[in-house]
Amino acid sequence: MTDLLRITDLNVEYPVGGGRHVHAVSDVTLAVRHGETLGLVGESGSGKSSLARALLQLPPPQRGSVLFDGNELTQMRGEALRAVRPRLQMIFQDPIASLNPRRRVAEIVAEPLIVSGVRDPAERTRRVRAVMEAVGLDPDVVWARRPHEFSGGQCQRIAIARALVLEPKLIVCDEPVSALDVSIRAQILNLLEDMKARFGLTLLFIAHDLAVVKSVSDRVAVMYLGKLCEVADSASLFATPAHPYTAALMAAIPEPDPDVPLGDTKLKPGDPPSPLDPPSGCRFRTRCPHAVDRCAAEVPPLREIAAGREVACHFPLIG
Amino acid sequence: MSGAVSGGPLLSVRDARVGFGTVRGLLRAVDGVSFDLQAGRTLGVVGESGSGKSVLVRSLIGLVGGGSGAVVGGQVLLEGQDLRGLSAAGLREVLGRDIGIVFQDPMTSLNPVMKIGRQIGEGLQLNRGLDGAAAARRAVELLAEVGIPEPERRAVQYPHELSGGMRQRVAIAIAIACEPKLLIADEPTTALDVTVQRQILDLLQREQRQRGMAMILITHDLGVAAGRADDIMVMYAGRAVEMATTREIFRGPRMPYTEALLRSLPRLSDVAHTRLSAIPGRPPDLARRGMGCAFAPRCTYRSDRCETEEPALTRDGARGFACFNPLAAGSRVVA
Repeated sequence: MTDLLRITDLNVEYPVGGGRHVHAVSDVTLAVRHGETLGLVGESGSGKSSLARALLQLPPPQRGSVLFDGNELTQMRGEALRAVRPRLQMIFQDPIASLNPRRRVAEIVAEPLIVSGVRDPAERTRRVRAVMEAVGLDPDVVWARRPHEFSGGQCQRIAIARALVLEPKLIVCDEPVSALDVSIRAQILNLLEDMKARFGLTLLFIAHDLAVVKSVSDRVAVMYLGKLCEVADSASLFATPAHPYTAALMAAIPEPDPDVPLGDTKLKPGDPPSPLDPPSGCRFRTRCPHAVDRCAAEVPPLREIAAGREVACHFPLIG
Repeated sequence: MSGAVSGGPLLSVRDARVGFGTVRGLLRAVDGVSFDLQAGRTLGVVGESGSGKSVLVRSLIGLVGGGSGAVVGGQVLLEGQDLRGLSAAGLREVLGRDIGIVFQDPMTSLNPVMKIGRQIGEGLQLNRGLDGAAAARRAVELLAEVGIPEPERRAVQYPHELSGGMRQRVAIAIAIACEPKLLIADEPTTALDVTVQRQILDLLQREQRQRGMAMILITHDLGVAAGRADDIMVMYAGRAVEMATTREIFRGPRMPYTEALLRSLPRLSDVAHTRLSAIPGRPPDLARRGMGCAFAPRCTYRSDRCETEEPALTRDGARGFACFNPLAAGSRVVA
């Protein structure tokens, strides 16, 4: 499989006053292959959402390259970037906040068509109706209604319809089911899988819930404090995590089964450090049970330890 | 553990009701819920948003009602004393002494302009009669006990100087300061990351066991409930629809809603792209409830009776379920 998206040495920084910067994403190199779902996992402050926004140039990253479908997005501005955007769409966490409350559902879903220059109203209507039906919304019922008349799950369907209407190649899904109730979450996850098959999509799926990520992802990347810890195919990562942080995350998952004993995260006591002031060397070392002097002195590079398995650790748990 | 006087339950709730007057009529947020909690046990209250789990528990301790226009009914007995019959001052005394509460968001439950040591000591002065110096000393001990490093230094800091996980530890220190008999934890880890969540849940469980407190753990996360609760009450549309031990709930639910919820969860044991068993439809609008079972429109086991008659919570020994077509006893949800 070839790469649809290639991110190289991406850096995202935000000024926080006093001349200081948060290093939200530091030197991340990552590829998303045609037709796959890449899961991106991390806790708050890990930089996963900053990474997603930076690759859509919202705002552009400080340094690094984002090569999407043959286009170097970081070099593009204005009209040129707008010409690529139809192929690159996003779904956000809060489905209600991400929809304009004053617009009717039909207008919301049609908006990307207008922006990208589809001038024929009949053509727009046809495409909006088709995509509504694809995501399980009855166009005749929802057409003239506004977002507040819908539940969170229905709003997420509307947001998915809006993302699909331009027939994109890649959809970045930023915590698309975190705000939804358990009984609705499965509906939306199934819908994303169906849409992926039907439209031949590639997905970058960002979430903090490992069971959700495992359910949809072919490969998984794990982030901690702005750095990639580990990238591997989903089955290997969950069977044998190579980075101590990945192992801790997995042990911390509360499994919905009283017969599964609680795992031992082996983490040192204490909270995650602030992204304003990340530790030297390996950023995970302050909580890592295996940390030694070298981890404070040297930043571990992301390196391949087996076919398709990359890890940024001086002392990986396997290999 | 024998907290209650006559070996009866520590907390006994009968027919709790909370209604809110809305422009569309009375919204029955909690609709006749009864349960008992024994000393030293942990009851998990699980349900989705709008199921009434938080409103129910807040109404028990008088946090719903008064100016909110809510109509509150039913009986709440703590060691035989009816909390609903108490004056505001009387209720405050019971709350300070016997019930500790931990809320979801420690940033809003802590006082932002009071040093954390004083916030912990306040209850000790009011309810335990400690003087200022003794309360301050005890506050530092409690900070150490809930796992906060450098407790002397932290005691004179303000909440904004602490991380989210540390703030929740402070909230727990406040809740347990007066040695309550009952700890209520309302989504205590929902705002926290998964590795911090684990630490906070471990802390709650350790304190609960050491002190022999009873705990009501409200959560939308079935994984959290599975690992921490002795018994579980499942709520849907303002009613308790199933009650059983945690193992019974996860191994052999009787109520179709419980089964459907468990089946809809993505499991780590599944291979990628396993199709999930979604529950069709969505929870009902509580202001427009029909006459039948609230879950009937989404239920695969429904019969005609479910649409016209509301099933009461029927007891089968210690467990209960509200369903005319329950799953057979001993049926298993394949995980």
